[in-house]
Amino acid sequence: MQKTHIAIADQIDTSHHPTSFMSKYIWSQDHKVIAIQYAITAIGVGLVALFLSAMMRLQLGFPDQFSFIDPSSYLQFVTMHGMIMVIYLLTALLLGGFGNYLIPLMIGARDMVFPYLNMLSYWTYLLAVIVLLASFFVTGGPSGAGWTLYPPQAILPGTPGEGNGIILMLISLAIFIVAFTMGGLNYVTTILQARAKGMTLMRMPLTIWGIFVATILGLLAFPALLVSAIMMLFDKLLATSFFMPAILSLGENLEHSGGSPILFQHLFWFFGHPEVYIVALPAFGMVSDVIATHARKNIFGYRMMVWAIVAIGALSFVVWAHHMYVSGMNPYFGFFFATTTLIIAVPTAIKVYNWLLTLWRGNIHLTLPMLFSIGFIFTFTHGGLTGLMLGNVVVDLPLSDTYFVVAHFHMVMGVSPVMVLYAAIYHWFPKVTGRFLHTGLGQFHFWGTFLGTYAIYLPMHYLGFLGVPRRYFAMGDTDFIPASAQTLNASITVSAIIVGIIQLVFIANVIFSLIKGKKSGPNPWHATTLEWQTSQTPPVHGNWGENLPEVYRWAYDYSVPGVKDDFIPQNIADADVIKMDKVTKGES
Amino acid sequence: MGIFSTLTEKSWINSEQTSNQIKVSQIHTIWPAKTALKFFLAVVSVFFMLFTITFLSRSQSIDFQALSGEPWLPLSDASQLWWNSLILLFASICMHFAVQSCKKQQWNIFILSLSSSCLMTMAFIFSQVYVWQLLTQKGFFIYSNPANSFFYLLTGIHLLHLAGGMFALTRVYVIYWRHGHTLALLANLRLCAIYWHYLFIIWLYLFFLLTADSTTYKTIALFCGF
Repeated sequence: MQKTHIAIADQIDTSHHPTSFMSKYIWSQDHKVIAIQYAITAIGVGLVALFLSAMMRLQLGFPDQFSFIDPSSYLQFVTMHGMIMVIYLLTALLLGGFGNYLIPLMIGARDMVFPYLNMLSYWTYLLAVIVLLASFFVTGGPSGAGWTLYPPQAILPGTPGEGNGIILMLISLAIFIVAFTMGGLNYVTTILQARAKGMTLMRMPLTIWGIFVATILGLLAFPALLVSAIMMLFDKLLATSFFMPAILSLGENLEHSGGSPILFQHLFWFFGHPEVYIVALPAFGMVSDVIATHARKNIFGYRMMVWAIVAIGALSFVVWAHHMYVSGMNPYFGFFFATTTLIIAVPTAIKVYNWLLTLWRGNIHLTLPMLFSIGFIFTFTHGGLTGLMLGNVVVDLPLSDTYFVVAHFHMVMGVSPVMVLYAAIYHWFPKVTGRFLHTGLGQFHFWGTFLGTYAIYLPMHYLGFLGVPRRYFAMGDTDFIPASAQTLNASITVSAIIVGIIQLVFIANVIFSLIKGKKSGPNPWHATTLEWQTSQTPPVHGNWGENLPEVYRWAYDYSVPGVKDDFIPQNIADADVIKMDKVTKGES
Repeated sequence: MGIFSTLTEKSWINSEQTSNQIKVSQIHTIWPAKTALKFFLAVVSVFFMLFTITFLSRSQSIDFQALSGEPWLPLSDASQLWWNSLILLFASICMHFAVQSCKKQQWNIFILSLSSSCLMTMAFIFSQVYVWQLLTQKGFFIYSNPANSFFYLLTGIHLLHLAGGMFALTRVYVIYWRHGHTLALLANLRLCAIYWHYLFIIWLYLFFLLTADSTTYKTIALFCGF
């Protein structure tokens, strides 16, 4: 039975119609403006994280050549880079940015069901970002505890930023989770209750499925991070001993006793592993839609794709301890978590096969979104396969503290979602702005990024096999590491800086195309989903004019035999589809 | 339509039946805030469940001293907490009466019930803070034992949730004063009532958890595999 909230679906809600510059662009309750606000903030803070990674690479590639990078600042760069990229960029951009923009448009709603809460969610997120960045300017600087913030070292003297830095980090995370919860409640409620007439759950595009399940994961997983952040703040500020064992620090007996650092690890990874899929599932959904559209073919195995998203979401809660093999655990637990890790590879592999089978004999248009999507399939497969290796306890133990792990998680969780983000930006930019991004600059951006990331991360796997340890400021005189490893490190650094600069070309392309880009029209990719069927491009406040669209079919009617066009939009009824024989008769 | 039949729908087939199924008047008006509240309560439940797991795990350390079980322990006599529970129960019952009177448009009873609920909730908050004071006066500080830490932490988090509820309740007052009796008033009030009942149940659960003795913790932890 279809359930629709009438106030949203059937009426034009003018209650938050913008009337001034401030209400239109600053305190906006329009999901599209909020999405752009999220995107700009996330990309802005992401550029900070990109700069930090360049600083790290300078030290690793050319040790001790730069006086402004010392061991403490190196650790701070690592920590802030990781935390910003995972939480404040990827989560915020995929769900806050794309989730906000696409959900109402793709399901045929006028806006989110709680526009005010949506606005509040963005400003709370911005506050979280400001609090986090403020830690750069406090005494002691930001936390250098690593993005996992493991106690006891995260809050003890000797760790950079153990004073104000870690406090601001934990407060910022708590604020972020509040922001996410406000946004997340909005996304799931909107998807469940504000779908247009005819938009059954199984007619929803996979983008929406990915965002929907990822949001549920976020709502259930982020509390674990909140719990650990609150308890660690208590340990730091109120001298409790939730996570802090008895410690002799710098010759002094600390007040703590009996706490369990492993307990923190369990909490952190109970959030941390679903977080991988909070990022991955929206990316899976978006890339599915991009591939189907640009291959002019229905997605292969739609139902299986939906089930895989749901299965991955459920399984993601029972694999967390594979991040903790080196912490020591009962071998039976290790066996259990290795097994679940291998099991989660099954629905993931199904998705990869289905993308490939969608491309198989498709009418592939090598547009920029398609290039990035194909790039994603490569990087995700590589990152996923090394994940299978690391999922086994015996392989993980020797590799866990090496660059192999860095290479693995950057391929699977860094490069792959970023590839999809770019595919999505190139794909939906014409709808957001009414203009195309520049193709030449885009191709330069793609090839530079794709080849560049391989130049960075392929050698890192090799460094890992050599046993080069991660997190180290400098290798020093280490017998088992050959001198050639340093040459490789220098090459990685040069590649990383080139890839970083190429991202600035992308930013330049966005600015240039906003002003001078080629006009795109309402549906330049001849896509079937509802967001391309709005009467105005970019869509105006309320999205749909007087009447909401009505949905008659699934989202993947591409190249249907006997039909004149190679796509049938979701809001076209069977009676209105122009058949080939009618065209032929008309011509004759 | 059940979840199984929903997920097995062959959406690429536009059968006559599917089209009819959607076109026929099966559109139901639902208050989306209720759905959001259900999800929010799920989030809060996970939140308290995770705290419980950390509590049970920590309760098995040798330095953990439960707050009840022996005569000299402060919560062996939990009479003050029982009084507090009664106050919160009364707040919850008043909220229920507020909903009923709102439905029947008995505005005097409505205002009386709602305000009583508000006052009782505030009384509960102050009474909980009073329990904190009693504990500190007896030397049971937040840092002196993990059981104390959890007591202050969990009751504090519970109070924060109630304070959030009070914030939502002001919205009900605003709707009443600005618009009088509307569907929105009843809908918002119902949500508040669900939230109040839920927080009362959470409080009972916390009450049991925080005032149990070491043997109980050991049994539960054993049962949970800690």
